[in-house]
Amino acid sequence: MLKLSLGPILWFWSRQTVFDFYANAAEWPVDTIYLGEVVCSRRRELKPDDWLDLARDLKACGKNVVLSTLTLIESEADLRRLRRFCEQDEFLVEANDQSALQVAIRNRIPFITGPSMNIYNTATLKILARQGLKAWSLPVELGRETLEQLIKELQQEGLDLPAEVFSWGFLPLAWSSRCFTARHYNLPKDNCEFRCLQHPDGMELRSRESQELFRINGISTLSGSRYDLMRELPDMERMGVSTVRLSPEHQGMEEVVRRFDQVRRGEMPTTDPLQLVEAPPCNGYWYGKPGMDLIG
Amino acid sequence: MELVCPAGSLPALKTAVDNGANAVYFGFKDSTNARQFAGLNFNDKRAAEGIEYAHLRGARVFCAINTYPQPDGWEQWKGAVDRAASLGVDAIILADMGLLDYAANRYPHIPRHLSVQGSATSHEALSFYKDNFDIRRAVLPRVLSLDQVRGVAKHSPVELEVFAFGSLCIMAEGRCYLSSYLTDESPNTRGACSPAKAVRWQETSQGLESRLNDVLIDRYGPGESAGYPTLCKGRFEVEGNVYHAIEEPVSLNTLDLLPELQALGISAVKIEGRQRSPAYNADVARTWRHALDNLEDGTGSFTVEPQWQRTLAGLSEGGLTTLGAYHRKWK
Repeated sequence: MLKLSLGPILWFWSRQTVFDFYANAAEWPVDTIYLGEVVCSRRRELKPDDWLDLARDLKACGKNVVLSTLTLIESEADLRRLRRFCEQDEFLVEANDQSALQVAIRNRIPFITGPSMNIYNTATLKILARQGLKAWSLPVELGRETLEQLIKELQQEGLDLPAEVFSWGFLPLAWSSRCFTARHYNLPKDNCEFRCLQHPDGMELRSRESQELFRINGISTLSGSRYDLMRELPDMERMGVSTVRLSPEHQGMEEVVRRFDQVRRGEMPTTDPLQLVEAPPCNGYWYGKPGMDLIG
Repeated sequence: MELVCPAGSLPALKTAVDNGANAVYFGFKDSTNARQFAGLNFNDKRAAEGIEYAHLRGARVFCAINTYPQPDGWEQWKGAVDRAASLGVDAIILADMGLLDYAANRYPHIPRHLSVQGSATSHEALSFYKDNFDIRRAVLPRVLSLDQVRGVAKHSPVELEVFAFGSLCIMAEGRCYLSSYLTDESPNTRGACSPAKAVRWQETSQGLESRLNDVLIDRYGPGESAGYPTLCKGRFEVEGNVYHAIEEPVSLNTLDLLPELQALGISAVKIEGRQRSPAYNADVARTWRHALDNLEDGTGSFTVEPQWQRTLAGLSEGGLTTLGAYHRKWK
């Protein structure tokens, strides 16, 4: 059966919101939970030790816990925080940047890679497998055809590298050194007043024809439509995908998890999952089309 | 510092070399490089001519194969590395780990440069590429501030090349999927951002509209100058305000920072713009040659001449330039 994972929280939530979210998630039918700040180095409601404590709690609840690293590393301070995760061997690490790869490899820590790691071919997977890669995520812009070929080639190489697919939520599409939330409020990034806390689902960026294009989330830009591959789960299972990733939203996430859990058990619901935050669905990337498209 | 100039065509290569480029970089006529434009880039015959022209005049030639091959493209991309090797280029600019590995094993004698598309923003990331693929040089993403470049340079295990002038990507390169979200092509997959095939211009009663795969990117009033609809440079609406919500259409210009870049031990400055004309290349190369010669004339003083700035501003997107992320206040 496909495994379900809860990706790292991409938004900036208060400390208490994060703790409450995971207290609930401990009861949900997800196999793996990714913890850590992956977007902005200024988001420090939880310190690395808080994440580690949380990781131990969730592990005690029977969850497989993975520590996720920052996607855009810009400073020595970023590297110091990264080392906290990549130099421990209590939990598996999700490397979201080559800096994390290097630190994990140097310390001989096994690792997995997140969707921002550029893995487009089998040669890349083979190189990383030699260095301790245990599982990998498909980059969000790649689709089923490429994934199927990659899985087939891995099998031919005799490599057991489970694949994970970002399957539900707003797609993380870009990272910048500048902050678009701060820009919106005319604040300097270094003195942003942590305005992202007021936007637990990011800020909608629309065209002047009111088309929902993107979601601004601090230094990152996410899709304006919600990626939803729920109906592709049977196909994923057939082709040998290991894990389906659901990206946290601050309301109604339990309902999403339960729907996906039903589907992976073979009960396809007749209606679509609840629309939590108002946003159109999309699945174009999966079919090799523009990501914003909705096929079928 | 080495002046590295773009070569989108043989005439552009020649004008860059004639006007003082120490090195030029080019790509093949396909998706294997990050500037896939119709009518641009090189076939093998033209590349051979260009390489001979440059070498006879003491300039080096780098070949960019800096997109990410998927399984069905692997043989083609690998073939591009073979072609670059047989043409006798002085370095290959690569981003994909698989291709870096192939080049390092098959052609260990040809220097490998990590493309900006390789997204290395720290000395740890650079060490990853150095340890695994023995890269000689890396091009740093344009997201780093000068302070951050300083931090990377201090511990860098390889030569560093930084962007000096041209169009500005404000997202970390190699990890931006905005273009493939709106169209079906991205820099990583097809070497194209906001591809021309998806662009549509339309005169309407509300003004001139630019669209990308039907998405309205910008609308220009009378007297406003219209730019190419690169999607991150459009005007959008956020909470009722319409503005350049991601980035204004401006160009990067780091002329003022040259002494600092030199002090940091940066090996090369890179000019963006393989999609630009030979005339652009001539003006930019000449201006930067003057600046670098002035910097390195042994007097220890460097002043930016107003004429240089005027020339560069005239060649810039929207006529505006910025120090980009190099300048901390910009954020």
